[in-house]
Amino acid sequence: MPAEAGLPARGLALPVRRAHHPWLRMGALVVCAIVLLPVFSLAYVALSGTGEDWPHLVRNVLPGASVTTFGLLAMVAVGTTTIGVASAWMMVAYEFPFRRTLSWALVLPLAVPAYLAAYAFAEFFHFSGPVQTFYRSLFGFQSARDYWFPDIRSTAGCALVLSSVLYPYVYLTTRIVFLMQGRNIADVARTLGARPGRVFWRVLLPVARPAIVAGVALVLMETINDIGAAEYLGVRTLTVAVYQTWLARGSLEGGAQIALIMLLLVFAILGAEQWARSNQRFHTGRATHMKAHPPRVALKGLRGPLATLLVALPVLLGFGIPVFVFGQYAMRRLDQFASSELASAFFNTVMTASITAVLTVSLALFLLNAARLVRSTDVAVTVRLASIGYALPGGILGLGLLFVLARFDNTLDSFMRAYFDRSTGLLLMGSAAGIVIACTIRFLALAEGAIRSGLEKLPGRLDEAARSLGRTPTQSAVSVLLPLLAPAILTAAVLVFVDTAKELSATILLRPFGFSTLATHVYENASRSQPQDGAAAALVIIATALVPVLVLSRALARDREATL
Amino acid sequence: MDLKKNSVAAAIALATLYAGTAYAEGVVNIYTYRQPALIQPVLDAFTAETGIKTEVLFLDKGLEERVQSEGTNSPVDVIMTVDISRLTKAKEAGITQPLNDEIINANIPAEYRDPDGNWFGLTSRARVIYASKERVKDTAITYAELADPKWKGKICMRSGQHDYNLGLFSAAIAHWGPEKTEEWMKGLKANLGRKPDGGDRPQAGAIFAGECDIALGYTYYVGLMMTNDKEPQEKEWGNAINVIFPTFENGKTHVNVSGAALAKNAPNRDNAVKLLQFLASDEAQKLYAEKNFEYPVERGLEPSDVVKSFGTLNADTLPLADIAKFRKQASEMVDRVGLDDGPSS
Repeated sequence: MPAEAGLPARGLALPVRRAHHPWLRMGALVVCAIVLLPVFSLAYVALSGTGEDWPHLVRNVLPGASVTTFGLLAMVAVGTTTIGVASAWMMVAYEFPFRRTLSWALVLPLAVPAYLAAYAFAEFFHFSGPVQTFYRSLFGFQSARDYWFPDIRSTAGCALVLSSVLYPYVYLTTRIVFLMQGRNIADVARTLGARPGRVFWRVLLPVARPAIVAGVALVLMETINDIGAAEYLGVRTLTVAVYQTWLARGSLEGGAQIALIMLLLVFAILGAEQWARSNQRFHTGRATHMKAHPPRVALKGLRGPLATLLVALPVLLGFGIPVFVFGQYAMRRLDQFASSELASAFFNTVMTASITAVLTVSLALFLLNAARLVRSTDVAVTVRLASIGYALPGGILGLGLLFVLARFDNTLDSFMRAYFDRSTGLLLMGSAAGIVIACTIRFLALAEGAIRSGLEKLPGRLDEAARSLGRTPTQSAVSVLLPLLAPAILTAAVLVFVDTAKELSATILLRPFGFSTLATHVYENASRSQPQDGAAAALVIIATALVPVLVLSRALARDREATL
Repeated sequence: MDLKKNSVAAAIALATLYAGTAYAEGVVNIYTYRQPALIQPVLDAFTAETGIKTEVLFLDKGLEERVQSEGTNSPVDVIMTVDISRLTKAKEAGITQPLNDEIINANIPAEYRDPDGNWFGLTSRARVIYASKERVKDTAITYAELADPKWKGKICMRSGQHDYNLGLFSAAIAHWGPEKTEEWMKGLKANLGRKPDGGDRPQAGAIFAGECDIALGYTYYVGLMMTNDKEPQEKEWGNAINVIFPTFENGKTHVNVSGAALAKNAPNRDNAVKLLQFLASDEAQKLYAEKNFEYPVERGLEPSDVVKSFGTLNADTLPLADIAKFRKQASEMVDRVGLDDGPSS
């Protein structure tokens, strides 16, 4: 930005001159337009439909599906908030056995894809699973008709499964706030004689609200886009209705129409999130306080182990059950671990996920920086819009993108043939680039959300000090903000890596010949309803996602302990 | 700076992940809705015999849309899938081309082929009743009797919107007409023991657990369960049930197919035709029958011993293409009746 160079030094109280940053603005709009291409493409499909399916859908499908979806969203919101906030609070407020281990173990369920968790839960709580077998032996029952047992194949069961694997989003965002911002206000409250419980309800919870809402918004978008868990557990959500309208009712247009109407729901969620964030924005006065650490109350006697058990429960559910169930299957198929296909699927997964993570985080940084510097509503709104791809079911987003990519490939090919007498064939569809593009578009919301949260916690004027010393806006953002944002950037990169490694629906649709990821490998060997034969690959997915999750946990912990 | 990083990353993505072209000599490219694990033995036999390599891409949804969008640049030669509705959908989507091949036509009976030669059934499976060995004494149950109140609370099935059940319901509409079928479906719903979900195999598991007495399922799953050495639990499920062949009024049982089609823009057309001929041959048909417990469509070929132990199949001769026409009607009927809501509502 040469126009900015050589600015005279100014007092900090003066606002930095507003610049228009035409290139930044244009860049942001172009990136957003590209990210929204699959949505546009679906809109095109939806508009080309006749709407002849609607009387039927409105009468027989959508009312039930809407009730189910709202019920599921409400239950998952309550479930993940309770687990996420309570465990984050336990971590920062109390001292109990294995607290340190649990502080990172609580993140583990992130590594488990919802579609595998659903299967594992169904097996674990099934008649022949360990829970009911134990229950029967306890009371001497013989058959399923002798006793009542809650059915995991229900909306509530699906909510349990999704809450168990999605609560880490809330836990991660909330814990950071409790750690970073709680200190000053919590200390004040404490010196005024407030007990820890009161400090939590009256002081910390309101302060953490924007972070909790940000985490829950991600959870709800994941819940809306879920197809694997809902379909397997027989829960007929709107997303299931989208797929059934496309595949069983034979109307892709109708499916696209429902999907787009669902996006309105997403706007509502994003709007609520925005409202909760803007209504109450806290950031520390000085950057050094961000790493402060409130003292913890040691739990004595039985309360200690009880706390351990309580906090361990979500880990046992979201991580323990899937690993236990697939571990058993994998034990009977140890030879699968040695297959060269698994090795190449592993390599492909790590490659795709790494490239996607770098690309997505770069885009998110670019967009947020543009929104911050340009400070006009249209850019801010466009940047928010760019993340709605996350709420679309992967297969539907993938399909929207498929149309765009294929059109691009074919147009490029005919152009090259016409003018250079060379064929480029299917450039993007014939390579794994389609997967990277799809996952970047899908998971931009994750990176954007994580980095935005970090950005909002920084004092607003931080980089302006650097700018007052003559740096350009971009230079000061890079030299001042970037280092301070490192934890948020790492979080963003890890979330995108993990979700890309787990991604199934768009990947399976957009990959070229001979290109398998771990997620697609599971289903090449096993059908959707019987994934046992894919157990080895399923475990490797979890292990692959685990490594960055652990790195993240440790990095966040080290960041904190260092300042003790 | 970000943009530069992006373009570098994109370049790496393109350069390193480009999976190479699949138009090489001596190759046939396959898009499949069937798990590669199920078709691999047959494809290996094909390669061993002809020296033609196979490239397989497994898709679970959107195969038709993908081939359509790829247009004339599409690398796919042969499309393989299960379920008649998907074969007809491929034809309607315009992604197949007709093939009139003497060898194929001689081996595959007409009711398992598209009248225009756009697709071919390769194996068939019957939609039968899994009945508890312990609790069900009946040896014959008709499809119509599934709506008989005597089965109240005793029937289990997977989602009514699944291809496999839609196939059966379409056949019912073809036999009985829509009104009678809808009445029947209401009776079936009232008889359900639980909300429809899961796959076919877990229905056998539900019978084993005592949740239901009878269930709807395909024959080949029973073979797969009974011979599953990896999962002892599935053997228990498979051994807890008898297979009963239900019939329509014509005394015949509903069957569906797995099949294949020649892609419209097949770049390796000759190899593709060789593969289709091979799939219709005795050798491939026998392999399918032995490994997957499916019925060969070729007349005169026997199913595997396990499948023979279920009894004799008298397959419906109503052309599959006629049944497939009622699919959308069947799907809407499932919604209207609320079959997937289960028995309670």
